[in-house]
Amino acid sequence: MAENVKPRVKVPSSASAGETVQIKTLISHQMESGQRRDADGNVIPRSIINRFVATFNGETVIDVVIEPAVSTNPYFEFEAKVPESGEFVFTWYDDDGSVYEDTASIEVS
Amino acid sequence: MTTRTVAALALAGLLAAPAWAEDAEERLLVNDEIEITLRAPAPEHLDGALPEIVSGWVYRSPETQDLQRDDFDNPGILYVDQAREVWNAALGSEGKSCASCHDDPESMRGVRPVYPKWDEAKGELQSLEMQINECLTDQMGAEAWGWDSDDMKNMTALLASVSRGMPIDVAIDGPVQDIWERGREMYYTRYGQLELSCASCHEQNYGNLIRADHLSQGHTNGFPVYRFSTTALVSQHNRFRGCIRDTRAETFAIGSDDLLALELYVASRGNGLSVEGPAVRH
Repeated sequence: MAENVKPRVKVPSSASAGETVQIKTLISHQMESGQRRDADGNVIPRSIINRFVATFNGETVIDVVIEPAVSTNPYFEFEAKVPESGEFVFTWYDDDGSVYEDTASIEVS
Repeated sequence: MTTRTVAALALAGLLAAPAWAEDAEERLLVNDEIEITLRAPAPEHLDGALPEIVSGWVYRSPETQDLQRDDFDNPGILYVDQAREVWNAALGSEGKSCASCHDDPESMRGVRPVYPKWDEAKGELQSLEMQINECLTDQMGAEAWGWDSDDMKNMTALLASVSRGMPIDVAIDGPVQDIWERGREMYYTRYGQLELSCASCHEQNYGNLIRADHLSQGHTNGFPVYRFSTTALVSQHNRFRGCIRDTRAETFAIGSDDLLALELYVASRGNGLSVEGPAVRH
């Protein structure tokens, strides 16, 4: 079970219709690759976030498969065009079956 | 190499303004609200040894600099968040958390700029680490944290973060004067097989390259710093130890009176610069 996992997102609170906004997301996670060994020589089991999805009003904005080479605390920064007011939903999928979710609303005028 | 090539290279060097050159546009505004003082008049006690004091941020590459403009991008803030959770946790036999006595971490604004500071009751100079341990052992009935432990670095980062933008203002007279003078003597003492003093690099060669990196003036206003070289927070004493090790000397111990004296003196050289911790450095 991964510890100290905490999702964070940064989305502007308002935008004009059709504007392209910048979105930053980060989840604190150790991203253990499965390649390392502990002090006793045993392999430390792989434990990573393997998928990240962002949707806006139910429509997929970005859907990412994450591999073990991605380092600690995966950070994604991307842009999205917002046609109307609504809600971004961000979802991270953990190897251990945990699903972490965060949301952010944006007001479009 | 022909004379002409050398001249051309020299000219190119002149045309490309170095990153640390005076730049009127240069500004560090953290989270669009905290103005950081990047350059300040040198404290009087320096007696002209530096024309002005300059934050180490100025000597970093633009990519590294940008990470400190926004807490979302600053990797050090992840550790600050961890300390916020510890702040509210009851830690010792007394069932008290930091919050039991101090409310929000924000109430500690103004603490970081004046440390290390003389403790009248204990009759000793205390770093922030020592004060935190005093709270843990004397007030909370908890075990002291290691000087360089994650808990300790996270907590000093939290305390620094709530004072960001305030000028460093350590006292150097009264009961600490002897310790301060000892720190100054250490600063100008050449250590190690390479016979380097702190001043050799940070007073006489700031802005110049040391291997592939630009030397700064070596101020401590950004500590604890997040360093890419270690991908973790680094305490002041750990950095001092690293510097002295690099002179190929036997180093002083982290948490020793020696490094505490040096901490006070180096802090006083930066009196007037802003608290930046957790700063982002290479």
